Amino acid sequence: MKPVSLFALAAAGALGALPALAADAGLQALREEIAQMRKSYEQRIEALEKRLVQAEATSTQARVAADQAANQTTRAGEGKANAFNPEIGLNLQGALTKTTRDPATWTMRGFVPPGEPDEIGPPRRRGFTAQETELTVAANVDPNFRGYLNLALTPGNAVELEEAYFHTLGLGAGLTVKGGRFLSGIGYQNEIHPHAWDFADAPLAYTAFVGNKLTAEGLQLKWLAPTESFLELGLEAGRDNSFPGGARNKGGSGLGAAFAHIGGDVGASSSWRGGLSYIATRPGARSYAGVDASGLATTVSFAGDSRTAVADFVWKWAPDGNAKERSFKLQGEYFHRTEDGRLSCVERDTSGACGGAAGRADSYRSTQSGYYLQGVWQFMPRWRLGYRHDRLDSGTPSFGPTLVATDLPQLASWKPQRNTLMADYATSEFARLRFQLARDSSRGAGLADNQVWLQYVMSLGAHGAHKF
Amino acid sequence: MRFAILLLAALALPAQAALKVFSTVPEWAALAREIGGDKVAATSATTALQDPHHVDARPSLIARARNADLLLATGAELEVGWLPVVQRESGNPRIQGGQPGYFEAAACVRLLDVPGRLDRADGDVHAAGNPHIQTDPRNMLQVGEALAVRMAELDPANAAAYRAGYANFAERWRAQIRRWEAQAAPLRGVAVVSQHKAWPYLLDWLGLREVATLEPKPGVEPSVAHLARVREQAAQSRPRMVIRAAYNPARPAEWFAREARVPAVVLPFSVGAPEADNLTALFETTVQRLLGALQ
Repeated sequence: MKPVSLFALAAAGALGALPALAADAGLQALREEIAQMRKSYEQRIEALEKRLVQAEATSTQARVAADQAANQTTRAGEGKANAFNPEIGLNLQGALTKTTRDPATWTMRGFVPPGEPDEIGPPRRRGFTAQETELTVAANVDPNFRGYLNLALTPGNAVELEEAYFHTLGLGAGLTVKGGRFLSGIGYQNEIHPHAWDFADAPLAYTAFVGNKLTAEGLQLKWLAPTESFLELGLEAGRDNSFPGGARNKGGSGLGAAFAHIGGDVGASSSWRGGLSYIATRPGARSYAGVDASGLATTVSFAGDSRTAVADFVWKWAPDGNAKERSFKLQGEYFHRTEDGRLSCVERDTSGACGGAAGRADSYRSTQSGYYLQGVWQFMPRWRLGYRHDRLDSGTPSFGPTLVATDLPQLASWKPQRNTLMADYATSEFARLRFQLARDSSRGAGLADNQVWLQYVMSLGAHGAHKF
Repeated sequence: MRFAILLLAALALPAQAALKVFSTVPEWAALAREIGGDKVAATSATTALQDPHHVDARPSLIARARNADLLLATGAELEVGWLPVVQRESGNPRIQGGQPGYFEAAACVRLLDVPGRLDRADGDVHAAGNPHIQTDPRNMLQVGEALAVRMAELDPANAAAYRAGYANFAERWRAQIRRWEAQAAPLRGVAVVSQHKAWPYLLDWLGLREVATLEPKPGVEPSVAHLARVREQAAQSRPRMVIRAAYNPARPAEWFAREARVPAVVLPFSVGAPEADNLTALFETTVQRLLGALQ
């Protein structure tokens, strides 16, 4: 090989490689350009995305602002005087009752009759009857107080002031003060209005010991402990114008009540509440119209101390805590009352076993007790079945020697009992139709009464939330 | 004596460290946790398996409300049947209506299905609009933003943490919403039948079409005769599935699914339902189950 040819070869080779070199450089430039373009597009896309997010945010902000403005204008449009109208609700209740014995002769043997009978106890008349119609009005008074009114319109065309009270909204420290006329916080069912009861009538123990419900007229102080589990303590002081108090014309407090409630959950499915309550009152002349053994009308009145202790318990169960389909509720209360004082018996006739119009008086002491236990089973949406057992023990009152048993046949000892079966259907949470059967032996031996109820309960208007 | 004092102290001073948040439904408790992290102790009054319209004002709820710093409610009358009693019985002035400690989520978003007329003859209607706003993830951003501000107001010492917590959540959440929307693209325009009117926000978000509801009126259980009518009416619009919330009774949706030969889809509805342990899982499962029903 000649060196020249070698050189020539090398030169040719180099020349041959030149176009490749040039092409490489072009590709590189192209790649760079593409990379730059990509980069710039990415930046622009990023910028666009950012703008999109911002636009979304501002559009939702604008939307919310527009909605708020719209709300405000509608509110301003509604700014009439009636915008402050309170919540008004109405509960309609009525029944068709059939009883084997005349309801007018109903009495609970062994127990002092608890004042005038009302519409929420044992049946008062046969056939169709409008029970209590409740009219409720409630609203916040100002940032500190809320007011509540409940009027009962009775079938006798009377208006009864069931409840009229204020309570505090923000005392703090778990304290609430209630003042006015209100259903006492004792027991479990006492504070629950009849339209929310599970049976058409009150348990016999409520009828015998507090005249179907204990209404206090005065003040209630309630304290909720700052604990993880529920603990509530309450004190009430007021006028004793309802059974078991009555006719005490003195200053100060005639009725005193105290209660303690505890409660909690067991898993997600069960919850419960239990409590103890105490009612102390000093009736001045609590009287009832009776008859003596010879059938003569008498007026019997009691003055002294009346003390009642109440134990209550309620347990609710629903699968996963969802009571929409199935649920079970077990509820029971026990009452124990001691009365100690003087009993006087005045004959309405001028002569008679009970001392005639001059009357007789004697010391009197009684210890009485009673309970009810009820279970309500919702076996499918809207349908429920319930059973309730009532049992009371009048004990034997001690009196004498001035008054004798024949003067006071009403107080002869007896153990009233009642068994009640219930089935109800709710078309919605505001309307309920109920069928109820009961066998009641309150009147005495051999005087059992079979009672059939068909009842409706309807709620309309603003309907306050229910308690547990 | 010393023991008694210790006991009293323990009772009177439950852990002061965290902001105590008491939520009516699980989704707001979960949102508060996303924003507040370990600065909050959030609990819920109900679980995803309970109907939030119908809850008892249980003693345990009153006790929890007693100690709460912040009560988180959905509002729009969802809890009207029980929350007022819990608030009143709690004796806690901080969580009463109008106080900073009372927060309503529905006030932060635009409500759908606002009724033109208010009449109980129309069933369980809500005057302010449909309260089930948690089925649209975009609402979480709006509620979360307002909630973070409120938490900062109640607990100024941790205000920066709440702001940062929300910013962090919002960034992650926006990315997730984009992902879910991309995945759920095939659902756009799909006809569905729902059991309760619980889904207008979900339908609005994913572009699903509700062609019928099984409940004759909101909150009223469907009868068999009504179900049969719905099936006939719905047949023309060819629904691809029937959807219900985990807490709804199973029978109506299952009956319809059998009769109309479409899948019955159980959606979690709230945090705590099966396969919905947190907010992300709630929507992940919702989107996956809807997509699954298309196959």
